[in-house]
Amino acid sequence: MFAANSSANGTEALKGAETSEFVSSVFVFMLATFVGLDVIRRVSRLLHTPLMSLTNAISAIAVVGAILVCGPEHPGFVTILGTIAVFASMTNIVSGFLITDRMLKMFKKREGGKK
Amino acid sequence: MIPVWIQISYIVATGLFIFSLKWMNDPETARRGVFSGVAAMLIAVISTMAMPGIVNFHWIILAMILGTIVGIPLSKVPLTAVPQRTALSHSFGGLAAGLVGTAKYYLWLHQEPDMLTHFRMSVIGAEVLLGFITFTGSLMAAGKLQEILPSRPIVYKNQNITNLSLFGVAVVFCILLVIDPIKYRFLFPFLILFALLFGVLLIIPIGGADMPTVISLLNSYAGLSAVAMGFVLENKLLITAGALDGSSGLILSIIMCKAMNRSFTNVLFGAFGQVQTTGADKEKRTVRSATPKDAAQLLENSNFVVIVPGYGMAVAQAQHRVREIYDQLVKRGITVKFAIHPVAGRMPGHMNVLLAEADIPYEDLVEMDDINPEMPQADICLVLGANDVVNPAARNDPKSPIYGMPIIDADKAKTVLAVKRSMNPGFAGIENELYYLDKTLMVFGDAKAVTGEIAKFLSGDNE
Repeated sequence: MFAANSSANGTEALKGAETSEFVSSVFVFMLATFVGLDVIRRVSRLLHTPLMSLTNAISAIAVVGAILVCGPEHPGFVTILGTIAVFASMTNIVSGFLITDRMLKMFKKREGGKK
Repeated sequence: MIPVWIQISYIVATGLFIFSLKWMNDPETARRGVFSGVAAMLIAVISTMAMPGIVNFHWIILAMILGTIVGIPLSKVPLTAVPQRTALSHSFGGLAAGLVGTAKYYLWLHQEPDMLTHFRMSVIGAEVLLGFITFTGSLMAAGKLQEILPSRPIVYKNQNITNLSLFGVAVVFCILLVIDPIKYRFLFPFLILFALLFGVLLIIPIGGADMPTVISLLNSYAGLSAVAMGFVLENKLLITAGALDGSSGLILSIIMCKAMNRSFTNVLFGAFGQVQTTGADKEKRTVRSATPKDAAQLLENSNFVVIVPGYGMAVAQAQHRVREIYDQLVKRGITVKFAIHPVAGRMPGHMNVLLAEADIPYEDLVEMDDINPEMPQADICLVLGANDVVNPAARNDPKSPIYGMPIIDADKAKTVLAVKRSMNPGFAGIENELYYLDKTLMVFGDAKAVTGEIAKFLSGDNE
């Protein structure tokens, strides 16, 4: 991903690009946190357990990072670490979403007394 | 560079994740939230797989198949085991982050040492620290919840100093690595080792009743380690999704701490279980006890019943018997409500899920703050396996270790029925005044057996 610009552009340009990338990442992080805090604050207290398993599944977005490490042509041990990471995240994705849905199905209103 | 269409799909995925959480604000729309989350995840995974340079599809697919094979049974655990499953999946999340950080470090170290700038090295350090602390910390929490490990706090002398200095050393390693990632490369394995060790030691002194806070905190760590991974890989999707998870964990931990009137530091370093009971030397006091049949008769002749469930109900798996009682009472035109304390159980919202499983409509699950004003009207308050959350000492006794903690005002009901195994004080070893009140009747026995008998009497009378 980064191989192209490392030697050609010189260190100074690289530093500058890296700094601005970093700053914009911090920016994104800050905004996402505020959105997150605001959205989560409104979540019904009834649903805190499913919320936690849902966010569990969402944080398994680490699978993207794992794929980026596991996927390219790399020395063997890097691929192995990446594969384990993909496995761990995938477990969270599958179990997280399935159990959240299973729990949410149980929350019923009074009228809808049927099974 | 990331191709534009992949960047766009990442933006779509982020939006879907936000909607997914937004729809959780109401049980009506909540399932839509799951579908939206699944859709976002699919988009994210597929577009990442299409990234140029990804060639090891066989490894990725193999890992995904294995992950699915392990994941499906993990999603089918009984609902009482949900806290340990959640802790376990936090640990997987931490592991993934830690491994990716480690892989990236060695990759850059061997192939492009220029890439290891101070920025990148500090985010790698944060990722590895957070990831591996979450990994072992959550494993310990899961072990305690599953009772493979003793759930009481394990304490020893100078524990906090040991833990903090261990963490301090790990941070120093991290700083040295940031200063010169190549010269100090031999420290990297130690960084991992210390993070793993610190995770274990951090959770050892924490007792079962503090688990709701700890799980929330670890949830937050798992999210933050994904954020750190996003910084390392310069991937904004990881940052946004990780931040959503991190803020969710943060809010839940704050709610839990408030519900126990304690601070983060107190939960993490306080070792609640150490508190010695002062009530032990008091003279033996008498309690009034009742049989399940008496309890059934009292319930039958009331108009408004509030049930306070606690961890004891979960342990005894009594929720289905409780549902029978609920049905019998509602059939007689009696109002029945459940008063849910935020920290009842072993994770946030634990009681709600158990009662929902037993088909109790969620409108009757009432939060502490909403039920308390109604408590004086309640004819009967049935306390089921709850203890500290109904202890009036939290209101009245400034010397009590739980003083100041918000409680459900069970003692304000006209009559209190407390189902309890024995008179042993609860987790924190604190005497509960509630049981000695004149209006309190104790029904001794296993929660499941007692509620079963009460339900039997109630249904027998009806026919």
